[in-house]
Amino acid sequence: MKSYGMLGETLRDTDRAFTDPPHWDELVRRAREADLLGTLAHRFDASGRMVDVPRGPRKHLESAAVLGVAQHRAVAREVREILRAVDGLGFPVILLKGAGYLIANLPPSRGRLFSDVDILVPKAQLPAVESALMLAGYATTHHHPHDQRYYRRWMHELPPMQHIKRLTVIDVHHAIVPETARTHPDTPEFFRAAVPIAGWPGVAVLAPTDMVLHSATHLFHNEEFSHGLRDLVDIDQLLRHFGTDAQFWTALTERAGRMNLGRLLYYALRFTARLLGTPIPQSTMDAASRYAPGRVTGALMDRLLLDGLRPTAGLRSTRFARRLLYLRGHWLKMPVPLLAWHLTVKTFRREQQQPA
Amino acid sequence: MIVSELPDGELHRLLGRSGLRLRLGPIVANIASPFETVEAALALHYASHEVLPDSEFADFHVAVDPVPGLRRWIRPQAYFRFDANPPFNPLAASQAFPLLEWGLNWCISAHCHQYLIIHGAVVERAGRALVMPAPPGSGKSTLCAALVARGWRLLSDELTLIDVETRRFVPLPRPVSLKNESIRIIAEFWPEARMSPVVHDTLKGSVAHVRPPSASVQLADQTAVPGWIVLPAFRAGEPMALTPLAKSTGFMRLVENAFNYSVLGRRGFDILADVVAASDCREFRYGGQLNDAIAVFDDLARVR
Repeated sequence: MKSYGMLGETLRDTDRAFTDPPHWDELVRRAREADLLGTLAHRFDASGRMVDVPRGPRKHLESAAVLGVAQHRAVAREVREILRAVDGLGFPVILLKGAGYLIANLPPSRGRLFSDVDILVPKAQLPAVESALMLAGYATTHHHPHDQRYYRRWMHELPPMQHIKRLTVIDVHHAIVPETARTHPDTPEFFRAAVPIAGWPGVAVLAPTDMVLHSATHLFHNEEFSHGLRDLVDIDQLLRHFGTDAQFWTALTERAGRMNLGRLLYYALRFTARLLGTPIPQSTMDAASRYAPGRVTGALMDRLLLDGLRPTAGLRSTRFARRLLYLRGHWLKMPVPLLAWHLTVKTFRREQQQPA
Repeated sequence: MIVSELPDGELHRLLGRSGLRLRLGPIVANIASPFETVEAALALHYASHEVLPDSEFADFHVAVDPVPGLRRWIRPQAYFRFDANPPFNPLAASQAFPLLEWGLNWCISAHCHQYLIIHGAVVERAGRALVMPAPPGSGKSTLCAALVARGWRLLSDELTLIDVETRRFVPLPRPVSLKNESIRIIAEFWPEARMSPVVHDTLKGSVAHVRPPSASVQLADQTAVPGWIVLPAFRAGEPMALTPLAKSTGFMRLVENAFNYSVLGRRGFDILADVVAASDCREFRYGGQLNDAIAVFDDLARVR
């Protein structure tokens, strides 16, 4: 698929970055926009071709790698601080996304740039977790009453909490989709299947199938697509890693069906295969296509996702697709009257914030 | 090809289309902007900087564009764009050029971790770097402009780059940014200085830029070794005093003013430790006697 240009090519195979004439300028710009410079740096290192990259672009790759190391160090430290804060509450903290990949040492973490920590805790424990974190110096960030209501009543997470000294941000989730969303996976089942991490007492990550399903949910059940390609690369890496076990693929589609996440898995498989060449067994594709949308919706979503996932916010087609995906994301998240209210509040607030 | 050698209208054409690809020491920036003030300021301040063809790799693609919509006509604004991403809030259109300078500073300090980057001025004499790490208001830019006026070579008045591998100071010769009182002081002290028109009411007060001497621009590939770390402290009317400074204090002031010390981790510590060990550390209190101040620095350079 040519439409993702040099970045798409290089994500499939780092050798393809060495074109004549060169396109390093475009590659670095697109990779930076997608937040994938650190990931690319890792891949050039792993393939032994970093030395062949010309000095100009190599500086940016190496800088991103340096930043990645610093961020990973900071995230690991933050996880330790969080554990210390919630120590004694008597349940494991599940690390989601970046922090989970990092602490469980999974392939998507290599070179990945991120700084926020996302955790998942049982809903009943939310008040205890929040006060424990507050005692440890984390404070809520969104002070507008509408925002507090938005998160606490409708969302699947607390308003982001920021540490008053380190300025690090932590998102505390109690589910993987909002309370008000149309689909509802069985969250307690995620807790039951979670896997402890060796060497990190008190910490767990989601089971392999659930980790993929959560990544797919995070990407495709969302209104924000500016870092969509990075999330898709995460899924690609997870599928390649867990997919070496033949059992994984059947478990994945079954689990998706049971968790009401079949449609999201379908998108994840379709777009990782199309854009990143992820090797997915035909039988899995067939099983997942049971959850495919109808012809018209399917064609529309193909178009929107293809344009919206592309890291080219400078292009009108990308911005247009992301605007529609933004509406779709909200549509999935909440019933229409609530959505109308929420968007009205946000619209008027944005105007207030503009300087007179 | 340097900016001042571009054929008539070419600078305008480049800024309005694919952008002006400009070498700023070790960095290449591709700059686009339709603002006449930006064009005029680039023509003045970057006259001796090299223009590169589009085929050369550019580190940063930036633009300063007008905010669209009603803002085109009512209180026009300018915003800085790094690729498609505007990292800052827009400013009044009259501040378009300072915004470009601040935007470029941000691009470099947030992305170039091949350097340990310190917020501070750095000038050179006899191959040695004189670093003035300091928060705003300490008078570092005034001193920097005055030293440059008297023959010290400008490496940078804002971003001190220390190469992580070689631990040498890397020049980034760009306009010196003067604020408020120091604009008049430098205009009197250095009448030949080429300054752009004063821009009022910015976040930093009134701002004017001084063109870097072309000799400094031409020597941009000549790095410098550590020489002196001087902490300037300006207090109007106070007597001048250059006093020794504990190396530990010098070290901590570099850390406080470094942009990416924590990003570099252990390496950042080692680099600064080496730089401080190899530097003469001083504190410099002064009250505005620039001629005397320059004499003090010239003496310092002779002793070494």
